[in-house]
Amino acid sequence: MLTIKNLHANVNGKEILKGIDLVVKPGEVHAIMGPNGSGKSTLASVLTGNPAFEITEGDISFYGKNLLDLLPEDRAREGVFLSFQYPVEIPGVSMVNFMRTAINEQRKYKGLEPMSASDFLKMMREKKEYVELDNKLANRSVNEGFSGGEKKRNEIFQMAMLEPRLSILDETDSGLDIDALRIVATGVNKLKSSENSTIVITHYQRLLDYIVPDFVHVLYKGRIVKSAGKELAYELEEKGYDWIKKELGE
Amino acid sequence: MPQENDNIINELTQGEYKYGFTSDIETDYIPMGLNEDIVRLISSKKNEPEWLLEFRLKAYRYWLTLQMPTWPHLTIPDIDYQKIYYYASPKKKEGPKSLDEVDPELLKTFDKLGIPLHEQKMLSGMAVDAVLDSVSVKTTFKESLAELGIIFCSFSEAVKDYPELVQKYMGSVVGYADNYFAALNSAVFSDGSFVFIPKGVRCPMELSTYFRINAINTGQFERTLIVAEDDAYVSYLEGCTAPMRDENQLHAAIVEIIINERAEVKYSTVQNWYPGDKQGKGGIYNFVTKRALCKGDHSKVSWTQVETGSAITWKYPSCILRGDHSVGEFYSVAVTNNYQQADTGSKMIHLGKNTSSHIVSKGISAGYSQNSYRGLVKVAAKAENARNFSQCDSLLLGDKCGAHTFPYIDVHNETAIVEHEATTSKISEDQVFYCNQRGISTEDAIGLIVNGYAKEVLNKLPMEFAVEAQKLLAISLEGSVG
Ligand SMILES: Nc1ncnc2c1ncn2[C@@H]1O[C@H](COP(=O)(O)OP(=O)(O)O)[C@@H](O)[C@H]1O
Ligand SMILES: [Mg+2]
Repeated sequence: MLTIKNLHANVNGKEILKGIDLVVKPGEVHAIMGPNGSGKSTLASVLTGNPAFEITEGDISFYGKNLLDLLPEDRAREGVFLSFQYPVEIPGVSMVNFMRTAINEQRKYKGLEPMSASDFLKMMREKKEYVELDNKLANRSVNEGFSGGEKKRNEIFQMAMLEPRLSILDETDSGLDIDALRIVATGVNKLKSSENSTIVITHYQRLLDYIVPDFVHVLYKGRIVKSAGKELAYELEEKGYDWIKKELGE
Repeated sequence: MPQENDNIINELTQGEYKYGFTSDIETDYIPMGLNEDIVRLISSKKNEPEWLLEFRLKAYRYWLTLQMPTWPHLTIPDIDYQKIYYYASPKKKEGPKSLDEVDPELLKTFDKLGIPLHEQKMLSGMAVDAVLDSVSVKTTFKESLAELGIIFCSFSEAVKDYPELVQKYMGSVVGYADNYFAALNSAVFSDGSFVFIPKGVRCPMELSTYFRINAINTGQFERTLIVAEDDAYVSYLEGCTAPMRDENQLHAAIVEIIINERAEVKYSTVQNWYPGDKQGKGGIYNFVTKRALCKGDHSKVSWTQVETGSAITWKYPSCILRGDHSVGEFYSVAVTNNYQQADTGSKMIHLGKNTSSHIVSKGISAGYSQNSYRGLVKVAAKAENARNFSQCDSLLLGDKCGAHTFPYIDVHNETAIVEHEATTSKISEDQVFYCNQRGISTEDAIGLIVNGYAKEVLNKLPMEFAVEAQKLLAISLEGSVG
């Protein structure tokens, strides 16, 4: 479904991604780990079309479509979802209004009628359960005044609403205590199916106890330097990233 | 949940100024230019009484002694007052008494603007006075309102039918000598609306005046006079549009409101004059004096304005809080895009005891525009326990535009509490991308964010207008990002 080939990307003229190759099949969970600054968030940004990043080389295909040809909103409507590392606040825009707009835009893209208000509210109620999101949060402005943990839960709530084919979770575990982590992970697991895929970006192994990856990749200085099964996460936890650096002869 | 959001979002994508068409209506002009003969001619066209002509002439002579003020934060090209038609009216038989007598082209024009003048087709709960260029062409629901003793008619009719009321109140809140454009308006005003709500009557429907400039090189100078007797209530709306033209056109209006004991007037404006093109060519100069006098104790006025149009907007809807316990409110959203300029705000003059005022101003600037809030809060020596709270927020889209705040506070009584808060924010690329990532296009994202920012003010508008205003905000900012 997702095939990334030789992807190079710059920000402000500086090369951050230096040739990424990755294949993600339906139903798979891929973990991307790596030290701070290695380019994990950049990869997420590039996949979702953040205009701050410039693609200098490579291809990304998603269910046969060239993702790089699509606007960010069309990639989202195709089913690419990013749980942001730092979700932004949008004052004055209620979660209800925001989600309703998002859902209906996605439906329009698929040639469907807008969802009725009652169906929509019902869906919101159901999906809030996934992440035990407080009812009050839905009436507040998007992320405004949310705690760090609430923001992350709100991301997963939106993921539940939009039912993406590919979810990219960027450090969704950071800033969460163990209970919140469990809630978020449970939510993600409930949403998993044999059709949709997940890319979990993290630099701790902790989250991977809950969301068990099929593959673990180590991203270092803009390249995937090591890929293996889930045991790689434990190895990293034990030996630290210095082990990778040594292996690379640094 | 607001059902209309979908529609708004859908319409956002249409863009451009939707009301820029011209109508092919046969128009009577008087000769171009301004002098005493023109003033006399306007007065005689309208068969005015002698006192009104005298009022006009006094105003005209006073205007001649004035210079256009230079204090606003505006760049105003020289206006050649001799190159303007001061009176243009659709050709018609004198005062159509029924709709059948109104020129079909005129009805079509207002239909196209979404202002049907057939009462049976109208939104229930709204009566309309439609003003085209210099004259009122039709006032709806006049008869049913009259049964309650409410007078709602064009200004010209009021002069004919209720001269004593007009004479008593006209110029009592905004004198002809008030300022440059008030003097000009007092000399050459042509029509407008008159509203009188008698003692104890709550007006059961929204009253509204729709102003349309159609004729070329014409200035529009209308007056609105609203009188609310003791315990009366009315909600009044004003809307306006104009064709797209390369020349600038002048709109210099006066609104006077007199509010007696325990009475309340809500005045809402959705100002959508042609703003000029993307290069700043053409557009309306909107120089307006609006003032309410809270004369009686416990009287209340609230101004709500959504200003999206006009090349230049220059206005400060004001409240004179003379009655004890009187309340003045001002809620404003002013949007400027491309090369538009706005210098707008409010004046709250506290004279009575225990008076309070509230100002909420939301400026939104995009493109190369300049957007200023200018406000005065004055507390007189005898105004014990006056309260004011002012909140002035600016939202910037892009970095070529300007937002400015000029609050003036003048307090002469130590019991006063006057608070002023100001913020400036930007729509960040991160916010837009966050929306994009959820499948929301950039235009729609801006629409959402801007409407969220302006919500506090939009919520003050009557329902039908609120929807219209939300669409307008988004449309006037189209193309301002990305
Ligand atoms: N918007 C940006 N402007 C400038 N540099 C950036 C920007 N985003 C990321 N970078 C740089 O790119 C590199 C990779 O960052 P990032 O992808 O956020 O790493 P990670 O998510 O792996 O911690 C870092 O050196 C970071 O400073
Ligand atoms: Mg990161």
